[in-house]
Amino acid sequence: MKLNRLRAIAAKEVLQIRRDPRSLMLALLLPVMQILLLGYGVTLDVEHLPVCVYDAEGSQASQALLKRFQASRYFTITQVARDQGQVVAGLDRGTCSLAVVVPADFSRSLAAGGRAELQAIADGTDSNTATLALGYAQAVVAGYSNAVQVRWLAAHGEGSAPLPPLTVQSRVWFNEDLDSRNFIIPGIVALIMALIGAQLTSLTISREWERGTMELLVSTPVTPGEVMLGKLLPYFAIGLFDAALCLVFAVFWFDVPFRGAISTLLFITVLFLMVVLGLGYLISVLIRSQLGASQIALLVTLLPTNLLSGLAFPIDQMPAPIRAITYLVYGRYYVTSLKAIFLKGAGIAELTTPVLIMVSYAAVVTWLAARGFKKKLV
Amino acid sequence: MTVDATTPDRIAVEGLVKRFGEFVALDGVGFRIRAGEIMGFIGPNGAGKSTLIRILCGLLAPTAGRAIVGGIDVARDPEGVREQIGYMSQKFSLYDDLSVMENLRFFAGIYRIPPSQRAERMRFALDMAGLAGREQALVGTLSGGWKQRLALGCAIMHEPRILFLDEPTSGVDPMSRRRFWDLIHTLSAQGVTVLVTTHYMDEAAYCNRIALIDRGRLVIEGTPAELKHHALGGQLLRVEGGELGRLLHDLPGEPGVLDVAAYGNALHVLMHEDADAAASLRHLLARRGLAYARIEPAEPTLEDVFVHMVGVARQPASAP
Repeated sequence: MKLNRLRAIAAKEVLQIRRDPRSLMLALLLPVMQILLLGYGVTLDVEHLPVCVYDAEGSQASQALLKRFQASRYFTITQVARDQGQVVAGLDRGTCSLAVVVPADFSRSLAAGGRAELQAIADGTDSNTATLALGYAQAVVAGYSNAVQVRWLAAHGEGSAPLPPLTVQSRVWFNEDLDSRNFIIPGIVALIMALIGAQLTSLTISREWERGTMELLVSTPVTPGEVMLGKLLPYFAIGLFDAALCLVFAVFWFDVPFRGAISTLLFITVLFLMVVLGLGYLISVLIRSQLGASQIALLVTLLPTNLLSGLAFPIDQMPAPIRAITYLVYGRYYVTSLKAIFLKGAGIAELTTPVLIMVSYAAVVTWLAARGFKKKLV
Repeated sequence: MTVDATTPDRIAVEGLVKRFGEFVALDGVGFRIRAGEIMGFIGPNGAGKSTLIRILCGLLAPTAGRAIVGGIDVARDPEGVREQIGYMSQKFSLYDDLSVMENLRFFAGIYRIPPSQRAERMRFALDMAGLAGREQALVGTLSGGWKQRLALGCAIMHEPRILFLDEPTSGVDPMSRRRFWDLIHTLSAQGVTVLVTTHYMDEAAYCNRIALIDRGRLVIEGTPAELKHHALGGQLLRVEGGELGRLLHDLPGEPGVLDVAAYGNALHVLMHEDADAAASLRHLLARRGLAYARIEPAEPTLEDVFVHMVGVARQPASAP
């Protein structure tokens, strides 16, 4: 390994990146676009659900109930139906995901037996949203029901309402607001790093083959190790820059709490970069066309990181065989570590397992990549 | 002929065979090149010239045979060979998206030219390629001749003792070609050994020695003068006037006639070497009643030699 050769290769690579609009876009623009798009787009929380209401009674009591729906941050009443048919039409067209129907005898049955029923219809095509919507609706109705109870008891001179015998005091740790964004955004950072790291490097060797410059390069005394290191160094710098960019957006734009140490984050990010850059380089070495290499890189980064890293879909909910596969997905270890560093403030001591796995991953990938590059034409 | 690392020649090749599956690219090639010699390999496309150079640069492994370059066995120590060679590939392989200077700087770094000498060597390559004033131009915007000279500049910047040039002048205008050959001669005068391939016959005259290569076989080798005067193994006569088509059809196979080929408005007839070949041909033509205007001895060109030798070499292969 000779320093001057290493420097020559790295300097050449930097010049080529600077002159290649595609690489520049990938390196600088894509991460910002991705984190903004995904940060806003991918949220599993349900807020301001469009609701269609049909108040068949139109009494003070029924209106008070519906006002509670309007007041809740989970719902926005977008349609007031005048009959059942309009309710069905609204759900059919998808203009509302929940319909609340107050029956004509609502206040009468409430006054008579203290019990009244109302109908909530959820659009089940998105089962996650439907479940959440019904849950929130129940909470709204329970609130109203409590108020009615208290008023009823007061009116009947019973004084205060009886306390329920058991109450659950639940506390959520690490993500107190149960804001899905807080755990998704660190995952998105991983996704972007994997995507960009492997995409950029997947082109670096295949480009030389495709343009015919490899023939001359391999005729020089340069060693495969110098080529690999020299080519990866600039991408490593870009990767770190992109990581910093994503993390700044995560913390200062999306207000994701950051409780860990920057040094832990840096360490784990460096490790992950080594894995993805090595992987991209390996692909580039094996596939001599740029198009092919970038397609394969997309396949081995985006897909598993997206679906199997626990970024969006919890790993412990997956069927056992799929769960077994996730152990092979390198993104999983970075996502886990990022979440732990961001939300739990975990240090290296708590992250021993993912760190060790990523170290071995990086070692294997780099070894394969170094072996894969031969200074021969065939 | 045995070849080993002690051979004094700069390049020594023995029984070199290269197969790509069924296709035989090189079929037992052997030759030697001395220090400071310019050896030209001439042959049609697909004859095996590029394959030969690639093997000598260590870019391809030979199927059989051995090659010693600069005293080093290429198969054993390709990196040792690469330290002392400069290579210019047939297809342009510098970086189009880098400027002239950036390409030079890259190869200066790759060949580890000491920083103290770097500026001087880069200046030398630049002047030699006639690219002074174009330092900042992106290589992709240069014309063919300039690209080729820059490629040569990059190949010699580290002062290699051996140069491999694979069709360095293809697609280059005559003026640039001429200049290019002047450069090669300057280098050779400094002791650089040059192995160059071409399919331009006229360029062969610029070489110290020529090897004709066809279908992976080395047909013949020697100095241009040797080839012209001895390779034909007969006397070349030029026949003018008369019905060329009929002559071309009737003469082959006649006693004493070795080869007949059209040459512009005339015919080149290769006769058996004897006291008076011209008289024999006149006699023959008279006997067959074939008209002609004039018969005179012709100075063979390398093209005559090549056409004849390839024909001879291919005969046993094409016979059933």
